[in-house]
Amino acid sequence: MKNREPYSYWNPYIAGVGIGVVIILSFVVTGRGLGAVGAFNGILATVIHAIAPDYALSNSVYSGYVAGVEHPLKDWVIIEIAGVCLGGLLSGIASRRFKFEVIKGPRISNAGRLMLAFSGGMLMAFAAKFTRGCTSGLALSGGSVLSPGAWIFMFSVFIGGYSIAFLMRKVWN
Amino acid sequence: MELTAPFQFNYEIPEGVLLLFALLTGIVFGMFLEKAGFGNARKLVQQFYFTDMAMFKVLFSAIVTAMIGIYWLSYFGVLDITQIYINGSYLWPQLIGGVVFGFGFVICGLCPGTSCVAVFTGKLDGLAVFAGMFTGLIIFGEVEPWLHTAINFSSMGDISLYELFNMNYGVLTFLITLFALGAFWIAGRVEQRFGTSHSI
Repeated sequence: MKNREPYSYWNPYIAGVGIGVVIILSFVVTGRGLGAVGAFNGILATVIHAIAPDYALSNSVYSGYVAGVEHPLKDWVIIEIAGVCLGGLLSGIASRRFKFEVIKGPRISNAGRLMLAFSGGMLMAFAAKFTRGCTSGLALSGGSVLSPGAWIFMFSVFIGGYSIAFLMRKVWN
Repeated sequence: MELTAPFQFNYEIPEGVLLLFALLTGIVFGMFLEKAGFGNARKLVQQFYFTDMAMFKVLFSAIVTAMIGIYWLSYFGVLDITQIYINGSYLWPQLIGGVVFGFGFVICGLCPGTSCVAVFTGKLDGLAVFAGMFTGLIIFGEVEPWLHTAINFSSMGDISLYELFNMNYGVLTFLITLFALGAFWIAGRVEQRFGTSHSI
């Protein structure tokens, strides 16, 4: 039988330098870096606008994405994130890592893990609205152009992460 | 030499070409994230248990590469950095929001970008993160009017670190690069000390 084991991960420095080059190209062509959470915002605003247009336009968070915009999904960050999904899919198949599964440590149930994934995602997206960006849009892109806020964000993400890691150890290890 | 980049501001580029570029940028970004193992939440969070420092290595090697590239492109007059977007800085919202983001990150194991890679490589926990993020954004959309003051508190403007510290751009770029190289060395030592032989 053929060996169907996944291929090894790449050296992190190769992936990192590769992402760095992508960021440089993005700044050279468009004058801005990458993003992620902004795409989720844009998609949500588009959906809400489709269901309840008056509400979306009256809400200060959603209106910025949809007011006077003919095709809110034809947005740089949304198309870029569609690319991230496609790139992840292609690479996952090529690396034999595409598999329906729940990623977790051995000491937590699937339900417990999914509940925490939901809660953590909720907290993270809410926080990203406060910080005006996430790991891609603020830390990576803002860090590269030496935005003070990006560096503040990065250090505080590590502080937050390390301070809760012990509490969460049963989820992962 | 005449500044020609960012191309978007100095040439007439059709919208379709820019969106195609966005798609290609995303595909390559997503591929690198997947190849680094970042579709796997358990691998990502090992950063916070000192067992696998890949998250730190990828994040900082990407930032240092881009920082050096952007500096030299601007130095040689190819890229006009006065035209590029620099994220606005808000001391307290980004400090406190960052800590909460860090909590969320270790609780769910993914960040918004890597959650896309997780979902599209079949990881069901990634789908739960997606659902959680949309819920968080919907809650934010409802409570934003009450948070308006807090979010805009302590604005530092759209300045850069070298303006803030009144330093030379090149000197700061060099110092951050030295700092990163030292941190990479430390990350390697930490993995030797705490790393596990089994792969995740």
